[in-house]
Amino acid sequence: MTDSFLSVRDLVVHFPTTDGIVKATEGLSYDLDRGKTLGIVGESGSGKSVSSSAILGLHRGTNAQVSGQILLDGDDLLQLNDEQMRRCRGRDVAMIFQDPLSAMHPYYTVGNQIGEAYLVHNKVSKKAARARTIEMLDRVGIPQPDRRVDDYPHQFSGGMRQRAMIAMSLMNDPGLLIADEPTTALDVTVQAQILDLLQDLQREFNSAIIIITHDLGVVAEMADDVLVMYAGRAVEYGPTKEILVHPEMPYTWGLLSSVPDVTGDTDAKLIPIRGNPPSLLNPPAGCAFNPRCDHRDKVPGDLCTTVVPELTPARTGGNHTKRCHLANPDEVYATEILPEIAPDLVQGQA
Amino acid sequence: MSHIDVAVPDPDQSAVLVQVPDGTGNAASQLDPNARPVLTVKDLQMYFPVHSGGIIRRTVGHVQAVDGVSFQVPAGGSVGLVGESGCGKSTTGRLITRLYKPTAGSINFEGTEIAEMSQRQLMPLRREIQMIFQDPATSLNPRHTVGAIVGAPLLIHNVLPKDKVLPRVQELLEIVGLNPEHYNRYPHEFSGGQRQRIGIARALTLQPKLLVADEPVSALDVSIQAQVINLLQDVQKEFGIGFLFIAHDLAIVRHFCPEVAVMYLGKIVEIADRETLYTRAHHPYTQALLSAVPDVKQAAIGGRRERIRLTGDVPSPINPPSGCRFRTRCWLAQDICAQVEPPLMQIGPRHKVACHFAGELGKHPTTPVTTSPAVAAAASDPGFASTWFEVTTGQPTGG
Amino acid sequence: MLAYIVRRLFAGGILLVAMSMITFILFFAIPSDPAQFACGKNCSLAQRAQVRKGLGYDKPVAVQWENFAVGVFKGRDYPDDKSLAKSAPQLIAHCAAPCLGYSRVNLQTVTQEFKQRIPVSASLALAAFLMWIIGGIGLGALAAVWKGTIIDRGVVGISLVFYAFPTFFVGLFLLKYLAIKWQVFPVPSYISIADGGLWNWFVNLILPALTLALFYMAGYVRMTRAFVLESMSEDYLRTAKAKGLAPRKILYKHTMRAALTPLVTMAGLDLAGLLGGAVITESVFNYNGLGKLVVDSVITFDLPTVVGLVLLLGAFVIVANIIVDILYALIDPRVRVG
Repeated sequence: MTDSFLSVRDLVVHFPTTDGIVKATEGLSYDLDRGKTLGIVGESGSGKSVSSSAILGLHRGTNAQVSGQILLDGDDLLQLNDEQMRRCRGRDVAMIFQDPLSAMHPYYTVGNQIGEAYLVHNKVSKKAARARTIEMLDRVGIPQPDRRVDDYPHQFSGGMRQRAMIAMSLMNDPGLLIADEPTTALDVTVQAQILDLLQDLQREFNSAIIIITHDLGVVAEMADDVLVMYAGRAVEYGPTKEILVHPEMPYTWGLLSSVPDVTGDTDAKLIPIRGNPPSLLNPPAGCAFNPRCDHRDKVPGDLCTTVVPELTPARTGGNHTKRCHLANPDEVYATEILPEIAPDLVQGQA
Repeated sequence: MSHIDVAVPDPDQSAVLVQVPDGTGNAASQLDPNARPVLTVKDLQMYFPVHSGGIIRRTVGHVQAVDGVSFQVPAGGSVGLVGESGCGKSTTGRLITRLYKPTAGSINFEGTEIAEMSQRQLMPLRREIQMIFQDPATSLNPRHTVGAIVGAPLLIHNVLPKDKVLPRVQELLEIVGLNPEHYNRYPHEFSGGQRQRIGIARALTLQPKLLVADEPVSALDVSIQAQVINLLQDVQKEFGIGFLFIAHDLAIVRHFCPEVAVMYLGKIVEIADRETLYTRAHHPYTQALLSAVPDVKQAAIGGRRERIRLTGDVPSPINPPSGCRFRTRCWLAQDICAQVEPPLMQIGPRHKVACHFAGELGKHPTTPVTTSPAVAAAASDPGFASTWFEVTTGQPTGG
Repeated sequence: MLAYIVRRLFAGGILLVAMSMITFILFFAIPSDPAQFACGKNCSLAQRAQVRKGLGYDKPVAVQWENFAVGVFKGRDYPDDKSLAKSAPQLIAHCAAPCLGYSRVNLQTVTQEFKQRIPVSASLALAAFLMWIIGGIGLGALAAVWKGTIIDRGVVGISLVFYAFPTFFVGLFLLKYLAIKWQVFPVPSYISIADGGLWNWFVNLILPALTLALFYMAGYVRMTRAFVLESMSEDYLRTAKAKGLAPRKILYKHTMRAALTPLVTMAGLDLAGLLGGAVITESVFNYNGLGKLVVDSVITFDLPTVVGLVLLLGAFVIVANIIVDILYALIDPRVRVG
């Protein structure tokens, strides 16, 4: 066993439906220490949100089947009963969501909703909760917090709402903060403000952060480690810099090559990932990415379409694992992918 | 300093670049300054009235959604419109497609003034100007088959006899990369990316000359965005369509558009060819916007760029700040910024900025370029705002 | 807020004026002579003309409407005959302002008629309203919380049964078994609080109110169930859960508040409609409420009563609409009236 603050082992989340079992997460494992940030990257339906909701036990009371281990400070959250899990939510693990407008109740004031998070876990008066709310609103940079505390969510701007959500999540000083696409609904300058705020607060509270996003740029700026998910599985996992510099999984390459940036060559054509994300009800046999993979022919036999590749150490080492049958992904990346997506970088190395 | 020379236009120098008709259409990656404009927008303004409470409702103010916007889209070229939510970029798109009627200003489409036209007069022009929407799930009628959706424009405008519609629909579906045999399916049977392809096919049906694409990929998954962007570039090249590309994603706009305009609170604050805008932006807002974009490749090689942090929120468009609208969040703002509105001045061959302190990059002049209201007024002459001049400045510009 | 109410009431007043005009025009557009109804079958032409003159039906519609409108504010005499007033004042019926007219059929002013009938219909409507709101919302929420279980199916199924049966059937059924056969309740007849005290008033109301409530409840069960389920899938409920709130608190504070808001509109308009009388239920239980008056006045061509009823029921709906809108603004902070 590891002694990490958060340790997820072989997490499986299945949703039985009338059409069959939706395999939303399959055998997911990762570790996260206090003060560190893990970025989970993937497209919609990759299982990135589902697996993180499982940490909070948000699937309890539905027909979801969750198995594996989620060890937080040594305690397995999946073994807790419902009442213990409820007490853990918001106190030990907190979560912020993508759209702060729909994530707040439109009929209650911001202060009411934030204070509620404090009242439920602490035996304090409403007055004390309100004082704490104003203090936290001030901390996350809401101007005139003693007045804005009585505003309703619709009276806040998008950025302020997300700040308020962050204040709510930090009311009980949780060890782990899960941020599910926290900036996707926000403008780019506001996104920068929120990411800065999260980093500041992380330094101050020494909390662990899981940031779920589809944007590799956000991960590059925020995360110490990256976990790339595809069709419910981790396909590449390791330190952010390792993965961005030496990605060894064709899906990660696709993510890098399909997104333009603000500095590179404008004539470079985007290289999209062909096809569509797979169905989780009936994922492709073998490697789930194989129908969209341009490098399948480099693998001998029909390995890609029959055998699910194991998560193995990357060729470049550095505590970095990937799930791919390619024998020499590092060479393929250096010779075929990099010249396409960043010719300037290749010239720099040569 | 050379830019002071251009502050007041010299009549002799102000000859408009010769406009050569160019039927071939340009690749998206090229900027041809001589291209014939398919769309010329001048001083476009859209004020939405705000009513009071009270027993008799009075108009107490206006949301100044779009306020004096001027730009040109060359035939077969593309112009990007970027800015944050509420900056008026989507309203501008809707004005050009005449979903709204502008309160002032001119929209000239291929020599025809359409800003004041009635809906009936617009009918024939609707074929030429089409729109692609952000959310393909809500902009396609769920009760109509894809064939009906894509074929509808042909029937409405009576372009083809009924028996020729289906072959044309199938041809269009093939162009956008869908199976032509799927014409009798319904939108919900397609994925998000495929639905956006249907939206593109519908827009292409009448072979428009101008496409207004309002956030065409922001609702799509990352891997699908690139597919749609590539498709849009392909159809642009093939059919020579002019694009007004509206998006908040600076990287995608840079990739798609040789010329980019940045909007803030209803005004264009900077417009330039993309090389200039993305490497030598002069407006503080553009600089802040660019520095806020997370950059994977920078991070991959270990560099973290210094961020310019903008504080506060965008002010209300009902009561925008006096003078320069950005001054409340600008770190360069001085007294003049509150008093005089900076005109959109040309400071390079394809580069206009609306800032009193637009100077050489990184070396903002300590005295404003436009020192007096008179100079500002002269420089903001409407003719000036919508044309390019042959200017030579001391600084290297234009890629 | 006050300006808003004034503006809405003003608009409502204009609507009422228009409604009264339309009623007048429609009444005389019908190819049938109201004077003949008033006069009876064996009525000579001369007698009929006499009656027509006495009722004022000989004047143009516009003049009749004008007399009516003036009467609302000033009151008027029936018949409006100065010489008769001098010679035989005992034959003149005075209708004080606000005069909605004088019914020759019931031999009293419409206002008096309303005064007798409104408490009956209002008692019935309010009692039924309380029953169906409590029952409908409670059962609907129960069905939503236990969605897919036997409780859910049972609640929805039984409420559908009551919805499907016609009101007169349910009414007669309840009357036969609960009142006549088993004598759990008295055979209901309206007793005002002033006459019989609170208890008698209430006990006599139970059966007719229940009849009405069972019908309305079915709709409310289904709507409440749908709204609760909808609000359960909202993002803010996930937030509430992620905060660590107890399920009970999530249901009462976060789910129900959002789910009940759309019901306010429905409930307000349904109540307003019912205040105007429940035609069938009043007939089954022989309650002399507004519903019965509607039927009777139409059958007997009693123009003053018809016009008065149109205005009264219209006013109920208009006022209910204003109240619903104001309630909405009080419940939902995003809605601002004005």
